Amino acid sequence: MNGSDNIIINTTAKILNDLCDPQTINNSNDEKWKSTLWSALEENGLTRAWVPEEFNGVGADVADGFEILRIAGQFAIPVPIAETLLAGWLLSETGLNVPDGMLSIAPVNQHDTVMLDENDTLTGTAHQIPFGRDVAQVVVLAEKSGQTFLALVNREDCILQQYDSHASEPRDTIEFNRVSPVQCAETKVTRDHLLRMGAAIRCSEMGGALQHILNIAVQYSKEREAFGRPISKFQAVQHNLAQLAGEAAAAVSAASSAADTINSGDGFNDAGFLEIASAKIRAGEAAGKGAAIGHQVHGAIGYTTEHILHRYTQRLWSWRDDFGGESVWAVALGEFVAANGADQLWPTIAAR
Amino acid sequence: MTVNIRFDPIRLPKICQDLRHEVRDFLHEEEAAGTFDRRENAMGGIFNKEFSRKVGAKGWIGMSWPKKYGGHERTFLERYVVTEEMRVANAPVRGHFTADRQSGPIILKLADEDIKADILPRIAAGECTFCIGMSEPSNGSDLFAARVKATKTDGGWLINGSKIWTSYAHLADYMIALFRTSPCTKENRRHGLTNFLVDLKNFNDIKINPVVNLRGQHEFNEVVFEDTFIPDQYVLGEIDGAWKQATSELAYERSGPERFLETSYVLFELAQVLGKQPDSRAAEGLGRLVAGLHTLRRMSVSVNGMLQAGEEPTIQGSLVKDLGTIWEQELPAKARDLATFVPPGNSNRASFDALLNYGIQVAPKLTIQGGTTEVLRGIIARGLGLR
Ligand SMILES: Cc1cc2nc3c(=O)[nH]c(=O)nc-3n(C[C@H](O)[C@H](O)[C@H](O)COP(=O)(O)OP(=O)(O)OC[C@H]3O[C@@H](n4cnc5c(N)ncnc54)[C@H](O)[C@@H]3O)c2cc1C
Repeated sequence: MNGSDNIIINTTAKILNDLCDPQTINNSNDEKWKSTLWSALEENGLTRAWVPEEFNGVGADVADGFEILRIAGQFAIPVPIAETLLAGWLLSETGLNVPDGMLSIAPVNQHDTVMLDENDTLTGTAHQIPFGRDVAQVVVLAEKSGQTFLALVNREDCILQQYDSHASEPRDTIEFNRVSPVQCAETKVTRDHLLRMGAAIRCSEMGGALQHILNIAVQYSKEREAFGRPISKFQAVQHNLAQLAGEAAAAVSAASSAADTINSGDGFNDAGFLEIASAKIRAGEAAGKGAAIGHQVHGAIGYTTEHILHRYTQRLWSWRDDFGGESVWAVALGEFVAANGADQLWPTIAAR
Repeated sequence: MTVNIRFDPIRLPKICQDLRHEVRDFLHEEEAAGTFDRRENAMGGIFNKEFSRKVGAKGWIGMSWPKKYGGHERTFLERYVVTEEMRVANAPVRGHFTADRQSGPIILKLADEDIKADILPRIAAGECTFCIGMSEPSNGSDLFAARVKATKTDGGWLINGSKIWTSYAHLADYMIALFRTSPCTKENRRHGLTNFLVDLKNFNDIKINPVVNLRGQHEFNEVVFEDTFIPDQYVLGEIDGAWKQATSELAYERSGPERFLETSYVLFELAQVLGKQPDSRAAEGLGRLVAGLHTLRRMSVSVNGMLQAGEEPTIQGSLVKDLGTIWEQELPAKARDLATFVPPGNSNRASFDALLNYGIQVAPKLTIQGGTTEVLRGIIARGLGLR
């Protein structure tokens, strides 16, 4: 968690500073930056942060992985590092080898189910798969007569329908029609674990993105003049920015608390549920409010493709939906605390 | 310049969680003995000297102060746990809380040795109640416009003018007050104010008049000084230089659990009245409230942990207070909506309604007392480098 003397985190910041500058990417007419960026991330092991060394990974702390993602959020990262990290984590937890290259995962919501049949082929449909069309392989959690399996499949073997996120990034529908996996094994990982990890991942990214929106909004308010003075001198603008700071702080705090909980091995018990659900709800709320204030402070310029603000706000609108939006987690959290009884509400919170 | 607002994910160490159970046991015993009732006390009646003495005897006042002054040299995080458990139980802490949180630390830092030795042990024993004399009829948010005048005389000062909104002055032993000792200067409008310790029980010529709040309760007061004599010894800190004091104390004062738990009884009653199987609409609302509370608490623990580590998370403290007071203010309105479809005949409804209605009436003050939302956001804006 302490960035300053951590090699992985310093490396992430350096690579992203050099190769993922949002303004440069925004100005570019082609996608050449993408392979350069991805190669740098891959060569430095950042895409395999959650893969143990014996599986040819980096074996970093879970917390370090989340910190990579918070920094990635600060750059509105346009490549599937989060998805590849999560896929690597799923495969490693299951004891399977982790291939190189961009990876995605399925399913990513509580509705879709993929079945593994008696011939060990996969059948089912998974919606909203992030970067589906960009990856060569997808890690799939599948059910077979009450047991859970993890499979690695070639994306080419699947039927793909293209859909886009707010940020015009793939959120594709993938249909598995008796697809034979490249690798497959029974796993102790459940769909609930996958969704919790995915939610916590998006929280870290949202926290980072909100931090950056705060920075550019504060900066812009000092440069932009109206009525003969910098807009930062208007109290209404100051109060908007103060609220934006509060939303960014809440998102980062909730995200880092959830990450810390997963790091200490409590991610998948009741404490982990409170932490991760709360983080996805609160960071999702912060995404909505924070994006709105970011735009308000920037005026019309922020509502253009030339300006980088949209790279952040569009990803916030998309990330808050991924792995279950605020309402999904809030209903589950509300049902959880209600079922435990009113007397347990405070003790549950105070135990964290 | 980049803004870097850090909140480390600090966890309470085991010693704190053990202490928490001690505090809970104590509170249950006191309730059983009839000292207070957590439902009744949610709606006022929070001043109880006997209770304060018992808390003092437990060693839970002045927890972080030096032993030599009656303190216990424990950590901010231990004090944090005591504060939050007392707060959620609506324990009657008014007799000692102001002194424990604010006045004691100021005396520790600024008072002369005799006063420290006399007053701090009594605060720690739960025997000494403090109030805060900052606001005046003509100036609230703008502290530096304070007018109540302190005029130098032989061996001390003569005070003239009125403080207002002084919570619990009518029950307090002492006030820490901000008085004008010199006019402000052209260069510095904050110049000219001095902190004084006022012995409300022993100084003459002080009148305390009740001001009744919209619930009909007598909590705050007008305090009138008419040639009140205060000996020199009672000056706290630098004359004319009050503005230089208070930086880290402010983070401490702003970020505590009392800044978001004041209406927490409404949340607990809501969970009770919704029952174990709320419909999705109510469950969603409850879930969002819990997510908000959990996040605030994690932020608040973080600030207190950073203070313990000797840092000065001033902007973080202000952010916690801003988000916290808004959360506790919105809570009753949200609970009202969420419980709309609970039928009047539900066995928990009457109890919920009583506390909800109290919460709705208390809500407006939460973003005014101790500095308004607008003032707080101004402070945050300064921290962001905008002013
Ligand atoms: C329940 C309660 C208990 C209290 N207890 C105490 C106590 O024990 N001791 C004590 O000294 N005081 C106490 N106060 C007073 C409290 O500190 C003041 O009410 C508060 O500081 C605001 O001052 P004011 O009421 O004079 O409002 P004003 O300062 O007159 O403000 C009125 C409105 O104008 C806004 N405003 C003012 N200045 C600005 C600005 N620069 N920019 C934008 N908006 C501005 C305010 O935010 C507010 O909305 C208490 C208040 C309450 C409600």
